[in-house]
Amino acid sequence: MFIKQLSIFVENKFGRLEAIIDALSKADINLRALSLAEAADYGVLRVIVNDAEKAKKALNDIGVIAKITDVVAVFLDDRAGGLASVLSILKNAEISIEYMYAFLGRTEGKALMVLKADDEAKTEKVLTDNDIPMLSQEDI
Amino acid sequence: MKMWQEKYEAMPREELKQLQSERLCAQVKRMYESVKLFRKRMDETGLKPSDIKGVEDLHKLPFSYKQDLRDYYPYGLFAVPMKDIKRVHASSGTTGKQIVVGYTDNDLGMWADCFARMLAAIGCDENDFVHVGYGLGLFTGGFGAHDGAVRLGATAIPISAGNTQRQIQTMIDFGSTVLCCTPSYAMYLGEAIEEMGLKDQLKLKVGIFGAEPWTEEMRAQIEEKLNLKAYDIYGLSEIMGPGVSFECEYQCGMHVNEDHFIPEIIDPDTGEVLPEGEWGELVFTTITKEGFPLIRYRTRDICSLTYEKCKCGRTFVRMRKPQGRTDDMLIIRGVNVFPSQIEEVLLKVGETVTPNYQIVVDRENNTDTFLVNVEMSEELFSDGSIKKIAAVEKSISDKLRSTLGIGPKVCLVNPKSIERSEGKAKRVIDKRKLK
Ligand SMILES: [Zn+2]
Repeated sequence: MFIKQLSIFVENKFGRLEAIIDALSKADINLRALSLAEAADYGVLRVIVNDAEKAKKALNDIGVIAKITDVVAVFLDDRAGGLASVLSILKNAEISIEYMYAFLGRTEGKALMVLKADDEAKTEKVLTDNDIPMLSQEDI
Repeated sequence: MKMWQEKYEAMPREELKQLQSERLCAQVKRMYESVKLFRKRMDETGLKPSDIKGVEDLHKLPFSYKQDLRDYYPYGLFAVPMKDIKRVHASSGTTGKQIVVGYTDNDLGMWADCFARMLAAIGCDENDFVHVGYGLGLFTGGFGAHDGAVRLGATAIPISAGNTQRQIQTMIDFGSTVLCCTPSYAMYLGEAIEEMGLKDQLKLKVGIFGAEPWTEEMRAQIEEKLNLKAYDIYGLSEIMGPGVSFECEYQCGMHVNEDHFIPEIIDPDTGEVLPEGEWGELVFTTITKEGFPLIRYRTRDICSLTYEKCKCGRTFVRMRKPQGRTDDMLIIRGVNVFPSQIEEVLLKVGETVTPNYQIVVDRENNTDTFLVNVEMSEELFSDGSIKKIAAVEKSISDKLRSTLGIGPKVCLVNPKSIERSEGKAKRVIDKRKLK
């Protein structure tokens, strides 16, 4: 099961990030997960939202570029080693993780982690085969 | 290929120099009597028309400038009574106020001949159909090409600019063999024709493209898309319009119609004439024009000349494709940089569109800083990863370094964030001038 992630180009200018968050909030977009990767002169903000298309449009309207990509979000047992067991499954399948970040909030004893791997389709299959529960787009 | 006016186009240089001298002297005399500004400038320099004895004295004459056309707008620089002016053309330029120029019967005839020379030089004759896709209006492009085609005896198709569907339909139905338009419009037409799958219905063999800067890459693309051979033409309304100089079949620079226009290359800072082959500002003197003559007009185009004889047999001097404008040229850490060079690099980086850019030059601790802002696009952000952006940034920066000889800092910015005035992006911000 894939969910839609929005990657947003963030100029390295004062107030840019705030303008982005502000535009999303004005468009009634609910942020469910978020991560910011930074290089010297710019950054990429990654978010999971309730309506990715609408969010993209709201950002384009203020002159910000955003790209929608498929990622998986896996439920982890909220205990020591919960993440490690999923990572070892992926490692055994020779999948490498490009980045990951956690969902805001948690659901009954589970933590939610967004994963972006080099091979999205394979990742999804391996996780399904191993009965690792994943978040569906409808549940966001 | 044959010459339209071989007597002049292949005139031995000594004879040509004699002709130019006679015409220059007569022009100076006439203008001294009829153009107040010219007379005033001659008097200020202490020059009399009789001091000018031939082309060797050209360098003594005062320059004229674009600003003169604005200051004496509309008819203040015309050299004949308005009853003898048969047509006017105007151009708005990028800086706002329009300028206006006028032509007598003889001027229009001379212009038609100059354009016909180009058509003949690239193998056209009375059997050709000349598709005039330049705007027919105050802009000189349309009428210049039209009159040239008629003068040659070809069939002119004065369709003017715009309405792509109709352009293509007409081109196919009427059997256009020669296309005249701006290079960017030729690209656009080519893409439309490619999409419609109509390329093999075209009868085009050559195209004459000018009125805006274009690159050799664009030339190759236009030739491929439209299945024709693309030629460059040069002109400016202040001097005449398209046809001041033109490429011959050998495409080794543009032959200046020297029996009417004398070119010089000068150092834009000192005004000194530079030796053959050196790059500098292109200056023109019109020696036959009656309605709107100009002496030593500063074109602001950066160019160079060669008098080496061309394989085509023409003796006319050849000018290289202008490398930019004097007002665009930046000197950064002692290196000449033209925005057009940066544009060429970006054209290669963006796959379908050239990204918008802005050059910012400043000075810190007595060293020039050089920054190029490039607008991001969906295309450049293709997989949404930091790695990809870093790769784009590095590729732009590396290519700029190898093209310019100095490396700017490249900064990717949001789309449409570069300041625009009247729809045009402001290309250069030189903060050094403000200090
Ligand atoms: Zn030639």
